[in-house]
Amino acid sequence: MVPILIGRIQTRFFLIALVGSLVTLVLVPLLPLSYRDAFVVLLAVAVIGIGWELLYHLLMQFRWEKDWPTLFGLLTGVPEGLLLWFLLKAGAVPLIGAVPPGWAFAVHFGVVWVAVWLAANGPMRVPFLRWRFRGGRLV
Amino acid sequence: MSGELTSRLLESPLWTDAMVHESGIEVRDVPFVTVGGGIGSFVTVDYLRIAGVPTGQIAVLSNIDHPWQTYQYLTRVSQIPVPERIRSDSSSRPDNIWGFPSYALSEAWRERSVRPLLHVLGEPIFADYWTPRAGAVFASLERESARIAYPDMLVKGVVRMVRRRAGGGYFTILTPPAGTTSTKRVAYRSRFVHIAVGYPGLKFLPDLQAFREEHGDFHHVVNAYEPHEHVYESLKTAPGTVMVRGGGIVASRVLQRLMDDREKFGLQTEIEHVFRTFVTGSHGPHRWSRRKGGHGFAYQGFNYPKSVWGGQLKAKMRKLDGEERAAEYRRMGGTNTPKRRRWQQQMQAGRDGGWYRAYRGLVDEVQPGNRLTSIVQRDDGVQRIASDFIIDCTGLEADIADHRLLSDLLTNGGAGRNPLGRLEVERTFEVKGTASGDGALYASGTATLGGYFPGVDTFLGLQVAAQEIADDLARRGWAPRLGPLRSTAQWIRWSLNRPVEGSASWSRS
Ligand SMILES: Cc1cc2nc3c(=O)[nH]c(=O)nc-3n(C[C@H](O)[C@H](O)[C@H](O)COP(=O)(O)OP(=O)(O)OC[C@H]3O[C@@H](n4cnc5c(N)ncnc54)[C@H](O)[C@@H]3O)c2cc1C
Repeated sequence: MVPILIGRIQTRFFLIALVGSLVTLVLVPLLPLSYRDAFVVLLAVAVIGIGWELLYHLLMQFRWEKDWPTLFGLLTGVPEGLLLWFLLKAGAVPLIGAVPPGWAFAVHFGVVWVAVWLAANGPMRVPFLRWRFRGGRLV
Repeated sequence: MSGELTSRLLESPLWTDAMVHESGIEVRDVPFVTVGGGIGSFVTVDYLRIAGVPTGQIAVLSNIDHPWQTYQYLTRVSQIPVPERIRSDSSSRPDNIWGFPSYALSEAWRERSVRPLLHVLGEPIFADYWTPRAGAVFASLERESARIAYPDMLVKGVVRMVRRRAGGGYFTILTPPAGTTSTKRVAYRSRFVHIAVGYPGLKFLPDLQAFREEHGDFHHVVNAYEPHEHVYESLKTAPGTVMVRGGGIVASRVLQRLMDDREKFGLQTEIEHVFRTFVTGSHGPHRWSRRKGGHGFAYQGFNYPKSVWGGQLKAKMRKLDGEERAAEYRRMGGTNTPKRRRWQQQMQAGRDGGWYRAYRGLVDEVQPGNRLTSIVQRDDGVQRIASDFIIDCTGLEADIADHRLLSDLLTNGGAGRNPLGRLEVERTFEVKGTASGDGALYASGTATLGGYFPGVDTFLGLQVAAQEIADDLARRGWAPRLGPLRSTAQWIRWSLNRPVEGSASWSRS
């Protein structure tokens, strides 16, 4: 992908809100996780993500093409997931009721991440024809 | 036969209906005319059709039968046969305005294999960019052409000129094949014109041009963009030396062919490779602007950095004018080729074996004789280098004024040149200075290189232009604007290979 900074942030919020919420709605009944806590996690991925996107944008400047390879979009889920997990354990995430078991967090976070990544790598272009030519900007 | 251009018409930049009537030229009315009928016209018409414009509103004026015909010809002669993979990536799909499913996904589906998908996942870090086979591109274009009823809009002939019409819009003068119409010329009267005529012509290196003209030798000195199969055939019958000039992708393709043949048929071919600029390593002003290079080549996946087609560099260029824009073009442009693993191996084997020699050099002159002798200024002094053939791989970069239609636009149509000397277009791809009443004239493709958007001469770039043009037509109230709902509905039709239909909001036909 070839994102610009504001495009990264907009796309992250949009896809977490849409795809992330759908996945969460389906997944929560199968996990020892409350809806409230699951959505707090989603919100945290979005908000903390602003910081991550700033970092990715900076790193991208070292690439001549100013692109962000597909694989990076997938693998960055690992540090993001780990950081969020440590923040949860440290009680640094407000609004959370109970910290879920590690495996439940991993399943929820992992499935959401992959679903968002898949959507961003293709289906997103179907309704939003101009999105890929505008660096991921929706508005 | 009547219906010829009168001197009054030729001399006047602005035509009235009466002037055209007087000449006896047949007039046909259609709101949108696109000139060229190659990939650029095709993707523009594809976009408009999907947005809901009926076929009756569009005329494609072209001298070819299929939109991919010129592209197919140029790729074939420049050593990209149908089974070979082209340069552009998986989501550059001229048959699909969404770029989804990508070519890799389609190939994976067709061949029931996950390999293309794994490849795309690893690119460009663990693998070269995945790119589609030329044959797959032609087949996909054929399918889309039928789906949008492209043949119904096609009118064969050569376009001579486009002139402004008093009262708004344009006249486009077409010379149809002899005997197919009652008048020698036909005038298309339209509100909008789009011009996508591709390459204005072949340009030869001056010393090679001089040699060919002086000695009438078109056999030993060839351009990679003209048929030159005889070179490879001749090397199979007798060992020989080939001089390759240029450091772009076409040079890479020609080297691959020479080296493949050497391996396949056990040939003794020797290669002298002359670069005008010899790149020895990474180059660029600072850490955030450094391109890979080596062994003479500047390495880049596509002809510009990837983000010019949608990311950071696209956004940046859109704001630049004049000298600033020209400077940015210089920084990221220039001749380059992808760093493909197979090509690297072949060239390494050639250097090790001593039969592939690459260096910087300026050729002063080529002399005839038993073999060709090139007088080359090299870093180590002037050298005489003998070869049996010379293949010019330097390009298709003729001046836009070499094209009759573009030249007429510059002299009579109000068009001007951009910082790179090509047609100056707006961000909407309207050619600056050519407006006529409520009409507009657009251009896309290589003729517009040097504008606010650098990626013009590629499938994806032509689609970017198509979108800008379609959106501009929507702003002018002519075509429906393609929004998320219709886009999704049309994508489903594309997937099912159902014909497009006009939009319900189309009330003007
Ligand atoms: C060897 C080669 C490989 C390329 N590979 C890629 C690639 O891998 N990926 C990519 O994205 N791009 C590639 N390109 C660049 C570009 O996408 C193609 O060249 C594309 O075909 C350009 O489309 P076009 O419509 O501008 O020109 P064309 O497809 O050439 O169409 C223009 C047409 O206009 C016709 N015409 C000209 N004048 C008149 C007239 N007066 N009247 C009527 N008709 C006229 C011409 O005959 C021509 O058929 C490649 C180009 C070349 C040369």
